[in-house]
Amino acid sequence: MTRVFPFSAIVGQDEMKQAMVLTAIDPGIGGVLVFGDRGTGKSTAVRALAALLPSIDAVAGCPVNAASEAEIPDWAQVEDRAIVSKPTPVIDLPLGATEDRVVGALDIERALTRGEKAFEPGLLARANRGYLYIDEVNLLEDHIVDLLLDVAQSGENVVEREGLSIRHPARFVLVGSGNPEEGELRPQLLDRFGLSVEVASPNDIDLRVEVIRRRDAFENDHTAFMQHWDAEDSALRARILVARETLKTMKTDDAVLRDCAELCVTLGSDGLRGELTLLRTARALAAFEGADAVTRHHLRSIAASALRHRLRRDPLDEAGSTTRVTRVVEEVLA
Amino acid sequence: MSDANDIWSRAALAVACFSVDPAGLGGIWVRARSGPVRDRLIAGILAGLPPMGLRRLHPNISDEQLFGGVDLGATLSSGKLVRSNGILGAPTAMLLPMAERATAGLSARLALALDAQSGHALIAMDEGAEPDERLAPSLADRVAIHLDLDALAVGDCPVLETDFEAITQARALLPNVQVMPEALDTLTRLSARLGITSLRAPLLALRLARASAALMGETHVDEEDLTLAAELVLAPRATILPQSETAEPEAEPEQPKPDATTDPEDSTEDQSELDMPIPEDILLEAVKAILPTDLLAQLAASKAPRRTVSAGGTGAAKRGNRRGRPLPSRPGTLDGEQRIDMVATLRAAAPWQPVRAKQQPDRIGLHIRPDDIRIRQFEEKSDRLLIFAVDASGSAAMTRLAEAKGAIELLLAEAYARRDQVALISFRGEAAEVLLPPTRSLVQTKRRLGALPGGGGTPLAAGLRAAMELAEQSKGRGMTPSIAVITDGRANVALDGAANRPQAAEDAQTLGRVIRSRDIPALVIDMGNRPQPGLKDLACTMGATYLPLPRADAQRLSTAVSVALDA
Repeated sequence: MTRVFPFSAIVGQDEMKQAMVLTAIDPGIGGVLVFGDRGTGKSTAVRALAALLPSIDAVAGCPVNAASEAEIPDWAQVEDRAIVSKPTPVIDLPLGATEDRVVGALDIERALTRGEKAFEPGLLARANRGYLYIDEVNLLEDHIVDLLLDVAQSGENVVEREGLSIRHPARFVLVGSGNPEEGELRPQLLDRFGLSVEVASPNDIDLRVEVIRRRDAFENDHTAFMQHWDAEDSALRARILVARETLKTMKTDDAVLRDCAELCVTLGSDGLRGELTLLRTARALAAFEGADAVTRHHLRSIAASALRHRLRRDPLDEAGSTTRVTRVVEEVLA
Repeated sequence: MSDANDIWSRAALAVACFSVDPAGLGGIWVRARSGPVRDRLIAGILAGLPPMGLRRLHPNISDEQLFGGVDLGATLSSGKLVRSNGILGAPTAMLLPMAERATAGLSARLALALDAQSGHALIAMDEGAEPDERLAPSLADRVAIHLDLDALAVGDCPVLETDFEAITQARALLPNVQVMPEALDTLTRLSARLGITSLRAPLLALRLARASAALMGETHVDEEDLTLAAELVLAPRATILPQSETAEPEAEPEQPKPDATTDPEDSTEDQSELDMPIPEDILLEAVKAILPTDLLAQLAASKAPRRTVSAGGTGAAKRGNRRGRPLPSRPGTLDGEQRIDMVATLRAAAPWQPVRAKQQPDRIGLHIRPDDIRIRQFEEKSDRLLIFAVDASGSAAMTRLAEAKGAIELLLAEAYARRDQVALISFRGEAAEVLLPPTRSLVQTKRRLGALPGGGGTPLAAGLRAAMELAEQSKGRGMTPSIAVITDGRANVALDGAANRPQAAEDAQTLGRVIRSRDIPALVIDMGNRPQPGLKDLACTMGATYLPLPRADAQRLSTAVSVALDA
């Protein structure tokens, strides 16, 4: 039995935790990219997120987690059509996964045993309505990246191969993590992530000790530790659910829209995805904080996450993108 | 400082601790050539493993072997679905030989398996000959024990005795081992002082200390256990030489420790012997004593003490070695030249099996017809590699090294946009040096380039040779190399390192011819104040474009290179 470290018990790394919570409130934000050194809790956070997320209602036997019977794809032979509450899927996409495994392929088992031509759904199907997690995303093979780009854009997976012609919804939140020193990410894929955060090992010794202490307690005093943190996780889960409701009635002033646009123009980010993400994320944050309208405070808190990976790369600029975003945020929202 | 006997006895202790808690410690990374020393170590590990099984992996292991899948042969012969269990299906120790060859994909999967805490342990046998051929960092970070046995001779290494009874007792004792909170503090602070950023390190060290205490039959982790943990887990990961007893503020955190013993978290058990705080400095000394010697050498040479991060086992090479995107297989005939796509062929044949079996009931096995045959296809797409050979000699440094650096940075930005790879060679003094093996990392290249020092003679021939060798290597990895030589052309150091101007010029010409014969596209950029006729001749010999840039700025240089290389 795999034990999952509770999300609330992760020490520090507030930006990463905030970004993940915000995508849980509004999946439309479109994914989180976590870049940083090894051993900074990237994978721990993603696995913890899986346990934290509220469950979804889905057809029990459906390979794409359809919400209602009507949404079950016609190729799927679903026997158990009851609507049950499932945990939000968080699917791992391992490096070197074949195209077959990612998009799905002819079901060899069925073909061999029953002589039927059937579709075996891949990871993209399983990730529908949930999360797709790619560790070491910067080392992912290019052709898999191409596939992901396409699907993440359209929200639909189309398979035309081996005489199969299949399509199914594949709307998922993409979570990637990696170490920038091992290679960079293609700008196209970078752009598909709504938020990007940079994590580093805490420099503060006391924080580091706290990390080790909690981990040690998790391993050696499991029951007591989980009792405490499960309660915290439940509280956070409840807050996420409330925020989802609040989000529906969130008010956004024209002034905030102007601010978003001005930030993006000043930073010279390509396309309009920057503004849209900025706005959505700020709204999600406002909802999470229980506010009834988006303010500059919200924009300021999430501007770096939403914009730092959308800047034009200037190799001669030694200062990181974070510094540039912070500077511009100070100027524009002064 | 640490002689062979020490290393071996530490290795023996490491193996014993590993046997106590294989899954908790994640595994052992052994850097050693295949030979009797390594065999003895493995024998020791094996003897301590039961009841945990051991499975052998290989660097190119398939997903089906790892995760399990349909057993095609058994399914077909029995007519029922038969699944095979993957290696990761049950808790087991995994022996990975040639660990330095493991692909990024395999490393990621194994890292996932180790992360899951499902009782797997990895024994990585790393035979890397070069310093940058090593186990993938993602795995190295997750296995507790790092051993380097390369320096040992078999005479130094008596056969490991395994006291299995003691190990069994220790395993039973392990859950009861207590660690006082200060020990945890100490290990964390120590790892921070050794420049270890990963927080897995102190955690693994703590587990090792527990295992060591259990092995000694004790229920409390004492100083000895912590020392061992620091030696085995922290020392090999150190990236900076710790400063002890300096006036640096870092030394301060040692002070508050005595108060910490009154921490309410303390168990109510007998604390008399536990109240003694463990001096961090003792641990530090222990670690310093066994720090790898090359770390000292690196520090002395004031190089960045960080390990070459790009060297993810074969990671760097592998990324350059993508054999292109596999296209869907197409029907074809076997002509002995094309490769058959077995799975696709079986897929094509699969749906027809019941029908064909009815037609030919007497035939046993698969019914595969010629029109089922599928042929593999790949779309070749080799990466472009731009090798910069930069003259960093005194004369060049005087003139335009800074401009050359600027130009290279501009080109890097462009290479980044086109997803080209770049490599950096500098030549000065008596020899050339590969500053940066082919990489796509802009960050690293900039860092290396910024640190490029200038001064010394101009060993142009050595620079050309290094560039050529790198180009040949990269061709072997499926890349398409081009060379850009940036020099002021006053070659004055011959290939053998002698300061002999005519010989130096002749050597450069010879290498120029070799480069031409290998058909490597090249570009010679003259950054001297006055164009050198000799350099133009060299460019001619190399079949290279010659670009005199007496008054160029970085931007113009960059434009010129792009134009010349794209032509």
